[in-house]
Amino acid sequence: MANVIGIGASPKRKEDQRFLTGRGNYVSDIKRPGLAAGVFVRSPHGHAVLRGVDKVAALAAPGVIAVLTGDDVADDGLGSLPCGWGISDAKGVPMKEPPFPMLAQDKVRFVGDMVAFVIAETPEQANAAAELLTVDYEVLPSVVGVLEAIRPGAPQLFKDVPNNICCDWELGDKSAVETAFRKAAHVAKLSLVNNRLIGNPMEPRAAIAEYEPGTDRFTLWTTSQFPHVVRFLMGALVLNIPQHKLRVVAPDVGGGFGVKQFHYGEEAVITWAAKRVMRPIKWVASRSEGYVSDRHGRDHVTEAELALDETGKFLAFRVNTLANMGGYLSTFGPNIPTNLYGPLLGGVYTTPAIYCNVKVVFTNTVPVDAYRGAGRPEATFVLERIVDVAASEMGIDRVEIRRRNMIPREAYPYQTPVLVQYDSGDPMGCLDGALVAADVRNFGIRKAASASKGKFRGLGYSTYVEACGLAPSRFAGRLGARGGLYESATVRVHPTGQVTVMIGTHNHGQGHETTFAQIVSEKLGVSFENVDIVFGDTDRVQFGMGTYGSRSLVVGGAALSRATDKVVAKGKKIAAHLLEAAEVDIQFEAGRFSVAGTDRTKTFEEIAGAAYVPHDYPLEVLEPGLEEQAYYDPVNFTYPGGCHIAEVEVDPETGTVTLVNYTAVDDVGTVINPMIVEGQLHGGIVQGVGQALFENAVYDESSGQLLSGSLMDYCMPRADHMPMMTVATHSTLCTHTPMGVKGCGEVGTIGSPAAVINAVVDALSHLGVTHVDMPATPNRIWRLLQNASLPVAAE
Amino acid sequence: MKPFAYHQPDQIADAAKLLTSIEDSKLVAGGMTLIPTLKQRLASPVALVDLTRLGDLSGITDGGDTVTIGAMTPHALVAASKLLQTKIPGLAALASMIGDPAVRSRGTIGGSVANNDPAADYPAGVLGLGATIITSTREIAADKFFLGLFETALEPSEIITAIRFPVPTKAGYAKFKAPASRYALVGVFVAKFADGVRVAVTGAGSGVFRVAPMEAALSGNFDASAIAAIKIDADGLTSDIHAEADYRAHLVTVMAKRAVGAALS
Repeated sequence: MANVIGIGASPKRKEDQRFLTGRGNYVSDIKRPGLAAGVFVRSPHGHAVLRGVDKVAALAAPGVIAVLTGDDVADDGLGSLPCGWGISDAKGVPMKEPPFPMLAQDKVRFVGDMVAFVIAETPEQANAAAELLTVDYEVLPSVVGVLEAIRPGAPQLFKDVPNNICCDWELGDKSAVETAFRKAAHVAKLSLVNNRLIGNPMEPRAAIAEYEPGTDRFTLWTTSQFPHVVRFLMGALVLNIPQHKLRVVAPDVGGGFGVKQFHYGEEAVITWAAKRVMRPIKWVASRSEGYVSDRHGRDHVTEAELALDETGKFLAFRVNTLANMGGYLSTFGPNIPTNLYGPLLGGVYTTPAIYCNVKVVFTNTVPVDAYRGAGRPEATFVLERIVDVAASEMGIDRVEIRRRNMIPREAYPYQTPVLVQYDSGDPMGCLDGALVAADVRNFGIRKAASASKGKFRGLGYSTYVEACGLAPSRFAGRLGARGGLYESATVRVHPTGQVTVMIGTHNHGQGHETTFAQIVSEKLGVSFENVDIVFGDTDRVQFGMGTYGSRSLVVGGAALSRATDKVVAKGKKIAAHLLEAAEVDIQFEAGRFSVAGTDRTKTFEEIAGAAYVPHDYPLEVLEPGLEEQAYYDPVNFTYPGGCHIAEVEVDPETGTVTLVNYTAVDDVGTVINPMIVEGQLHGGIVQGVGQALFENAVYDESSGQLLSGSLMDYCMPRADHMPMMTVATHSTLCTHTPMGVKGCGEVGTIGSPAAVINAVVDALSHLGVTHVDMPATPNRIWRLLQNASLPVAAE
Repeated sequence: MKPFAYHQPDQIADAAKLLTSIEDSKLVAGGMTLIPTLKQRLASPVALVDLTRLGDLSGITDGGDTVTIGAMTPHALVAASKLLQTKIPGLAALASMIGDPAVRSRGTIGGSVANNDPAADYPAGVLGLGATIITSTREIAADKFFLGLFETALEPSEIITAIRFPVPTKAGYAKFKAPASRYALVGVFVAKFADGVRVAVTGAGSGVFRVAPMEAALSGNFDASAIAAIKIDADGLTSDIHAEADYRAHLVTVMAKRAVGAALS
C-alpha cells in the first residue's frame, strides 16, 4: 500500500532533514575549481559626483586579478538593470526611468551604490586591495526623506527627473470621491508614516559565476527567489547572453522575504567578470553590506481622509501618499506602492468611492522594493487605522463600525471601486471567530488587572483583505507588468512509479518540498516519500516566475495540480488499453486504475511501467512515457484575509509596549498542510509586529548615512518579544484556483501592524492619544505621554 | 580580518612584556568586542596577546567583607556564583543580564571593565560598589578608574588581574535594555553600605557616572520613594536613534527606583 500523505495532513517537513543536520547546499557552500574571490567597493556617500577611480595601487596588491569599474561596463556596452514594471500617470505619461548601471557611472546615489568590483585569489586579498582603491568623489548634498525630496530646491538625483518625482500615479474616481465628501456627515483625517524596513534574511546574499569557454556557457549560482527571471533579465536585457547559454541556479536559500526576488547588479557584474578574467568568482555579502545593498521596504508618508454618513457608513476614501523609491528603480520598485497598494484600499468594506494618489519619489537611499506583503501592509495600515480614528471620533464601537461596513458573505463575488473583484470571503465570520478566540468579552477584567499594576492595556483590531497569488498576466500587463506571471510544473513519473516534479517556484523556507509532495501524493495515490520536488535550476526546470507574492501554492500549486490531472488522463488511456475497456469506463482512485463496476485494476506503478516498456501499448494513438507539464495563468488574484486582534500592555513609566496576546483568524482557502500554514502565520505576524514595535531603517538627513546599519541598531523582533499566539483558519474556498487555495505567505505581515498599533492607541486613548507612528518604541511612547492632552494618572 | 601575530603567554609578566615590546599590540580576553571589530576591519592590531592561558585569573574568592573576582572570570560564572548570590546578589543579577548566553560564557569581567564601553553593565557594578581594580602593577579605586568614553586609568602595558568588591548591606541593578543591542540604554546600580549609598549609571552618557543627589537621598531613606522626584539633567547625556537625552534622563530615575526595589526584594 502506498503511504499517501495528502491534503490536510501535517507531516514533518521533508527539507528539514538536510537543514537540521547541516547538509543544506547554499551558494557559499559551493566550491569550484580555481575559485577567485570578489568584493564590491561601495559608495560611502549618499550623493556624489564620481570623478574617477584610480586602480593602480589596488591592481599592484598581492593576489589581485582584476579591478572593474563603471567605465569598463560602459566600454563593454552593457545594459542598465531593468525595471520589470512601467507605470504611468493619469494622463498616460510613462514614469521617469533613469538608467541603473550595474556599476556606478558619473554619479553615486546612495551609501552602498557599487563603484568597483575587485577580484583576487582570496577574500582577504580582495578586501585588502579594495581598501587601496582611490575613488575621487565630489560630495553633493543628500536627500533621504520623501517630503524633503519633492520640495523646491531639494538636491536632484537625476537631470531629467524634476523634483525627484518618478511618477505621479493615481487610481479611482476623483470626482465621485469629492462629491461624496461634500455630503459626508463626518470626515476622519489621519497623517501617518509607514516606516522603512530592512528584510534581514538569515542568509546574506551571495553569488558564484563561472564561464566555460568549451561550451560558451555561463553559470550563475545566486541567492535568488526566481532564477528564471534572473536569467531572462540579466541575459536578455543586461549582458546580452542568449538564454540557452546561461544557466542560473538558486540552490538552498536561507530566507528571502522579497529581498532576494530582484535582479541585482552584483549578479550581472560577477557573471560579466567571470568571462573577463576566465575564472569562477565567488562573492558573499557581509551582514553590514546587506544593510546598504539589500532592497529596503515600505517608507511611505500618507495623508488619508475617510468620509462617513451619520450612521458611520463609509461614503468615500481619499489617500495621498509619497512613496520612497530610493536611488534607482529596482525590479518591482514602482509597482509596489501603486498597483499593490491602491487596489487594496477598499479593504473588506463596501466603500463606494475611493481615490488614491501616489507620488513615487527618488531619494539618496537604498532602492526600495517588495518586502513581505509589499504594498498591501501599507494599504491595510492606512485603512485599518483610519477606521479606528473615525469610530473614536464618531463615538461608535470599533467592532460595530466594521460590521456596519463589511461586505457580507453573500455579496461575493464583490467588485470594488479600485479594480479588483474579490471572488470569495467571509470577513464577518473571521471577526466573529477572532472575538471569541481572543476572549474579548473578558478584556475589561484584564484591563483592570493591568491598571492595578500601573499599566495601560489596549486591544486592537485589524479586519483586512489582501490580493495574493501574483498574478493574472493579462490584468498585470494592463497595469504595466513587462513580463508574464504564470507558473509551470512538470510531473515526471519514472518507470517504477516514483515521481519527480520540476516546478518554477523556489523554496527558501516555505516548505514546498513537503506541501507539493502532499499534492502529488494525494492526486496520484503515490507514497509521500516517493515524490521529490526539483526547483531553482534553469537547466533542470522548464521555466518559472519564482516565489513571491504568496504565489507558490496558488499559481505553482495550480500548475502542479493540472499536470497531475494530465498524468491521470494519460494513465486512463493506457489502462483502458491494458484492461480492454473503454476509456470512459476507467476510474482512478487511491493509486489504482479500474474498470467501473468490475474488479479489474492496474496499479499506478503498472501503468508507469507500461508507459516506459510499451510492448503491449497503443503506440499508434499514444506516445510512450509518462511525463506531463502544465502552465497555469490565474484568472484573478486570490483574496486571503481575516481578523487579527492584538492585546498590549504599556508601561507608562518607561513607554515600553509589551504584546501580551495575539489572535489571528484567517481565511486562506484550502489548507494543504496545517502545520506549515500555522508556521507561515506565526512568522508573518512576528514580522508585522517587528514593523509595528521595533524595526526602523533610519538615515542621517544631511549625509545620507544609514544610522541603523547593523543588528546592534536595527531591532529585529525576537522570541522574547512575542506571546504565544492563537492562530486559526476560517476558510472560504477560492472559486477560481484548482484546489480552492488562496495563499498564506503574507497574511500575517499584512494584518498585524494595524492590529498592534490600534491596540497601542487604545491603551493610551484615555490620555487623548489618537495616533502612534511605527515603530512604537519606548522613547516614542514616552514622548507621546509627555505631550498627552490629558494627564497621565498618578503613579 | 587583517592578518596579525598571535601570542598566548602563561605568565602575566610575559603578557605585559609583549604589550610593551610590540607596538600596536592588543590584549584579548573573551574577545566579545574586539573580535567583531577585527572582523569588520575596524581595528588592525599587529599582534594579539591572548590572556586565556593565565588560568589563575579566573575565579571568585571570598575575603569575608570583600569578594574578589579574577579578571578572566566569564559573566556566566559570576551570574551562577552561589557566593555572590549570597553576598552581592545585585552583582550576580547584573552579570546575568549581559548579552546572551554565548556572550556570557566567553566575555570576562576584566575585558568589560578595561574596555569601558559607555553602555556596558559591569562599569555600573564596579563604580556602584566602589570596587578596587587590581592590575599587574597596582590597585586603582573605581572612582579613579573610569575616565570617559572607552577610556580608563590603565597604562598601556597594565593588565587587570582581578576586581575586589566590598560586600554591601544591600545592592541592586536595574537595566533598561536597548531593544536591538541589549546593551544598557540606561542601567543603574545602587549599593547600600554602613556609611552611605552609592548610585552609578551606565548607558546614559559617555561613560559611567555617579548621582550625588540620589546617593544623599537614599542614604537618608533607602526607599524608591526617596528618589522619585529627583530629576537628572539631560545636558551631556547621549542622544541617538534609540533614545533622546531627556528620555535617558527620565529613565535614570525610573531605573534607580527599580534598582532600589531590586535591592530590597
